[in-house]
Amino acid sequence: MSGGVDSAVAAARALDAGHDVTGVHLALSPAPASLRHGARGCCTLEDARDARRAADVLGIPFYVWDFHERFAEDVVDDFVAEYAAGRTPNPCLRCNEKIKFAAVLDRAVALGFDAVVTGHHARLSGGVLRRSVDPAKDQSYVLAVLTCEQLAGAVFPLGGSTKDDVRREAAARGLGVADKPDSHDVCFIADGDTRGFLTRRLGERPGDLVDAESGAVVGRHGGAFGFTVGQRRGLRIDHPAGDGTPRYVLSISPATSTVTVGPAALLDVTAVYAGPPVWTCGEPMLPFAGTAQLRAHGAVSDAVARLADGRLVVELGQAQRGIAAGQAVVLYDDDRVVGSATIESAR
Amino acid sequence: MTSGPRNPVYLDHAATTPMLPAAVQAMYEQLIRVGNPSSLHAAGRESRRVVEQAREDIAAAVGARPSEVIFTSGGTESDNLAVKGLFWSRRDADLRRRRIIASAIEHHAVLDSLEWLRKHEDAEVTYLPVDSLGRVHPAALRAAIAEAPEDVALVSVMWANNEVGTVQPIRELAAVAHEHGIPFHTDAVQAVGVLPVDFTASGVDALTLTGHKLGGPMGAGALLLGRDIACTPVLHGGGQERDVRSGTLDAPAIAGLAAAVAHSARDRVERAERLAALRDTLVHGVVQRVSGAVLNGDPGEKLIDGGPSRLPGNAHLSFSGCEGDALLMLLDARGVECSTGSACSAGVSQPSHVLLAMGASVDRARGSLRFALGHPSTEADVDHLLNVIAPVVERARRAGMAGARRESASAREHPTGADWTQADGVPGREPGFGREHTAGADRSEAGGPAQ
Repeated sequence: MSGGVDSAVAAARALDAGHDVTGVHLALSPAPASLRHGARGCCTLEDARDARRAADVLGIPFYVWDFHERFAEDVVDDFVAEYAAGRTPNPCLRCNEKIKFAAVLDRAVALGFDAVVTGHHARLSGGVLRRSVDPAKDQSYVLAVLTCEQLAGAVFPLGGSTKDDVRREAAARGLGVADKPDSHDVCFIADGDTRGFLTRRLGERPGDLVDAESGAVVGRHGGAFGFTVGQRRGLRIDHPAGDGTPRYVLSISPATSTVTVGPAALLDVTAVYAGPPVWTCGEPMLPFAGTAQLRAHGAVSDAVARLADGRLVVELGQAQRGIAAGQAVVLYDDDRVVGSATIESAR
Repeated sequence: MTSGPRNPVYLDHAATTPMLPAAVQAMYEQLIRVGNPSSLHAAGRESRRVVEQAREDIAAAVGARPSEVIFTSGGTESDNLAVKGLFWSRRDADLRRRRIIASAIEHHAVLDSLEWLRKHEDAEVTYLPVDSLGRVHPAALRAAIAEAPEDVALVSVMWANNEVGTVQPIRELAAVAHEHGIPFHTDAVQAVGVLPVDFTASGVDALTLTGHKLGGPMGAGALLLGRDIACTPVLHGGGQERDVRSGTLDAPAIAGLAAAVAHSARDRVERAERLAALRDTLVHGVVQRVSGAVLNGDPGEKLIDGGPSRLPGNAHLSFSGCEGDALLMLLDARGVECSTGSACSAGVSQPSHVLLAMGASVDRARGSLRFALGHPSTEADVDHLLNVIAPVVERARRAGMAGARRESASAREHPTGADWTQADGVPGREPGFGREHTAGADRSEAGGPAQ
């Protein structure tokens, strides 16, 4: 229970279904701030209090579990290392994979619980993971990394409802978090300044911004880790491209601290090369024809996936822009999650 | 699963203990009356009469003079007032006095006051070590003072430790401080009502006590402050309480506090003996049933200042291979309410600074529980704990292993395809956590600040 509306309603529904429910709030920071600011994070003492109050209203026991060391290691350090390696990680996905449905689930099962219930917007039934009925809130992308075994210990009661329904239900149940704003951005970067956070962790690593077409140095930067493939804003390029079109980050080379920029057209990719896949409920018939999503809340493309040396190769029916290594490619059969893998390269 | 009793077994009396009927009655009688004790009219005088009677009753119960009783809002305020107030007044009298000597196992109300003084008032703090039983040795205090006797503002050592229950040789320690004319404060929050606390005989200059640890209300306490001890106030205002603690006197709470102090002093000897016997049953029972369970702190077999060397109701145990908060949850689910004993923020327990100071490893510190018996505790309470403790520890140990495992989901004994919409459809339900829901489900503290 993060202290948000989704997990509060998820707990309520699990309770209604007749389960023996205990509320658990994860302490993920060694020194949580007292008050929440803006829409970021879910790790302040105020959020813990909101979670506690929701548990009180539901009449369930409530505890805080301290996972800040595991979180720092598996999520935050991983986040920093991925950026340092020129990739763009998704920490929510990593948290689901390593914390919520690994460390927390393991501890819960060992303590005698049967499953971890969360307020994720996705449907899960009989081991089949599907998108939420609310496409704007669907979170199946960040859950697709879960193995069949992890999903067996997971319960997502909200997938059949829209966010508006969830908020209405929270209000009807007297849960004070009914109109609490949604949380956005990276929960452990309180001020939302990812580049500043990475600079504090990694130090300045100045380098060049190089134009892909002319090879000319068009600017300097404080660290290649501050960039994401497909990024347009904040490049601070001194002079415009010859044809006057905006330039985007095309690739990042941490070894030389070089960021290559170029026109949008060079961002288009039609093939994605990823690591070994996690199949949600068993390996599908390969090659698999369905759809692929390449970032959270990103566009969906027709896709054909196959294995090459145990790694996933996905051909895209429609060219996609700004595909960053480190993100996940998630394969869907209609609204059903088939599997996922971490993107290594694209062309 | 092992079913808990209808009413939970409350073994956290060191956190707070139920109010005594006499205290409830005394408080109620004042709650329904009007009158500010500082007012000059009849209603005010009546309220003042109650406060002054309470002051005399408390003084009589703890061997102090009525003028030495300063009413406060409780332990934290009394500790803050003593530590900061004595520091300021002593330093202002002689600017060299910037050093405070305190034990390493003080409650956070003292420790955090010290840290605040260090940060904001240029104070220096010398922490006294404790031995493996959690005891401060007078020789250690003597050595600490001898480093530079003229710069010591005050000494603060708690009477009995709230976590591990070890009683300190307060008379001896106070005498050492007095060799150099240094005032001595003691946090006696856990001691009053169960140990022979005599303010005058102990020789201490300031003593913290609070109501809710001995059957009085929360939010009411006192600082006993010797008549000749100067103490700079923390709260300024109407000049109540010798000008040391301003604020309208909370007559109902003070009446409840006095009733509780008087009552607990009256039957102290009999109750302490009963609790010590019960505690020994608990400790021996747990150690017998659980391999790797060890008692922390002094065994309580000696006498210190005419009382036992361990708090009679305190049983603080470490369970190897467990996390204290897992044990706490599992016991809570079986209707046993206890504490990890250490302070917490947001319900996250830190490894106890007390156990670490005693030389325990972080793992041992984390795998500890405090069972604290109090005036309503019975043999049935202890029996219930002994009935559930062995399987609980066994399960917590497994959970501890799960927590230590980096690989996820490798050997999970878990059902597949649980359909969440049907509780009965969840297969593989084993006698594990499953809470026997008890009445009064709003007990939501996970760890709870301890003292």
